[in-house]
Amino acid sequence: MSGPDPYTVAGISAGLARSEFSAEEIARHFLARIEALDATINAYVTVTAELAIAQARRADDARRRGEAGPLTGVPVAHKDIFSTSGVRTTCGSRMLADHVAAYDATAVERLRESGMVTLGKTNLDEFAMGSSTESSHFGPTHNPWDLERVAGGSSGGSAAAVAAGLAPVATATDTGGSIRQPAALTGLTGLKPTYGRVSRHGLVAFASSFDQGGLLARTAEDIALVFGAMAGFDERDSTSLDAPVDDYPAALEAPIAGLRIGVQEDQLAHGVDPGVADATAAAIRELEGLGARVRPIRLEHADVGIPTYYMLAPAECSSNLSRFDGVRYGHRAQGAASIEELYVQSRTEGFGLEVKRRILAGTYALSKGYYDAYYGKAQRLRRLIADDYRRAFEEVDVIAGPTTPAPAFRLGDRLDDPIAMYLADVFTVGVNLAGLCAVSVPSGFSDGLPVGLHLTGNHLDEARLLNVAHRFQQATEWHLARPPVEHGRAPESPE
Amino acid sequence: MNITHADVERVAKLARLHIAPADLDARARDLGRVLELFDRLGAIDTRDVEPLSHPLGATQRLRPDVVTEEVDRTALQRGAPQTEDGMYVVPRVIDPR
Repeated sequence: MSGPDPYTVAGISAGLARSEFSAEEIARHFLARIEALDATINAYVTVTAELAIAQARRADDARRRGEAGPLTGVPVAHKDIFSTSGVRTTCGSRMLADHVAAYDATAVERLRESGMVTLGKTNLDEFAMGSSTESSHFGPTHNPWDLERVAGGSSGGSAAAVAAGLAPVATATDTGGSIRQPAALTGLTGLKPTYGRVSRHGLVAFASSFDQGGLLARTAEDIALVFGAMAGFDERDSTSLDAPVDDYPAALEAPIAGLRIGVQEDQLAHGVDPGVADATAAAIRELEGLGARVRPIRLEHADVGIPTYYMLAPAECSSNLSRFDGVRYGHRAQGAASIEELYVQSRTEGFGLEVKRRILAGTYALSKGYYDAYYGKAQRLRRLIADDYRRAFEEVDVIAGPTTPAPAFRLGDRLDDPIAMYLADVFTVGVNLAGLCAVSVPSGFSDGLPVGLHLTGNHLDEARLLNVAHRFQQATEWHLARPPVEHGRAPESPE
Repeated sequence: MNITHADVERVAKLARLHIAPADLDARARDLGRVLELFDRLGAIDTRDVEPLSHPLGATQRLRPDVVTEEVDRTALQRGAPQTEDGMYVVPRVIDPR
């Protein structure tokens, strides 16, 4: 295929509009790549080939009738935590390995109605709890840049799918960094929207006051093209924000001269990989070159983020996951003699280790005698963190820093050390605690592995974030780098 | 933070999980480390801080109490492990004796 880039939303949308290829051809192009490459990457839990072809044919019909929009016929993959009617939604768990939802999540429904074609459901850490996509019941996802390394998590399947050219764009969710960290580790652009911006209806709940749906794609432009169709008020989500959705593509080109960028003092001082530190500093200089003005800010409680998050999110998880009881849906243990045994055995068999760790920690934090010291205290600390950001955004428009302390780690390296795994989220959890929006943008390489620049925006400021990310991508080429994946050939491991 | 096997068993019982005896040490260690991480924040004075339960101060919206959609019970129960006449089947709950 020549002409428009068949790996970006913009390229596919333009090619379809000019009839350079059909939606069916594009769907078959991606399905063939999945067939050839996904055995080594394991980005997909379920490939919906028949559905994709049927949807693509409908998209081509719509185009012939003159009813096509910019997304009609553009393929998308959905993180396997968004409910899909008629297609299993596993959450990467044995508990839901055969679960078929009776309805589509609102985000899925909206993208389907915009004409997008579903390629399949992508792998994730079990119930989105993790930073490496290793806790999935369906096996780990491999990083297309180095198959021995993790693709990040929990949206590692969505990230690996887009990075390896097995989808042009994928939905994802971010509870503590699960869109941005995989984006950074696989050289992609990832948007975590403001809490409440994208409906949580049909999104299987992990931590309800943090969970937020978003997108992974190659470029900020691609995210801008898709995000408007996914975002916006939904009466079926009780915490959905009733705020107008901006015209994201129209906002991309605005100059960023005069933009006030806050950089947290000392954030690169300790524990940050030198390659990540250098790339971050260079990216910030690049933004200055585009006319942005950098000023130091202080987020006094930045160090409080990880312990606070890993108290509150497990507490919400323990409450949300109490619904899995072996009665109404999901795994049921055989041979239980009493209802109590049925609950205990079904849950013990259905959940994996990391989910159990979090349920135990969360239940402890919520239990009698410990609630005030743990859950209650964490909620108060959460306000201090949110207040720090509120004050910072009185002075600056965007906050810049690294997305992760280091590039992708080796598969297996952190499985026995949950705290080391949790620290992968050190630069991302603050955004979730405060309900803000943020984007990770490719900003270079460390030892041949991609790293990301993290840009945090104020509530509902996604248009500005995508604008800054797009201007950065017009001035740099990091987002154009491709992993060593060729059609039909698995990438080689570096020395 | 010293977490005992009894602590883990108490929490596991509340969470309806069974922890195998061989795993109690590891679960106690995991739980202890998370609590330890948090206990370091004890010095931060939060007495006068209002707890934040939802970012952006989101509160539950109310709507008129009218039927907006019909639930298709058959479709919803298709994924249930065991049903009969529209009911969920579970082991006996009430002891007949």
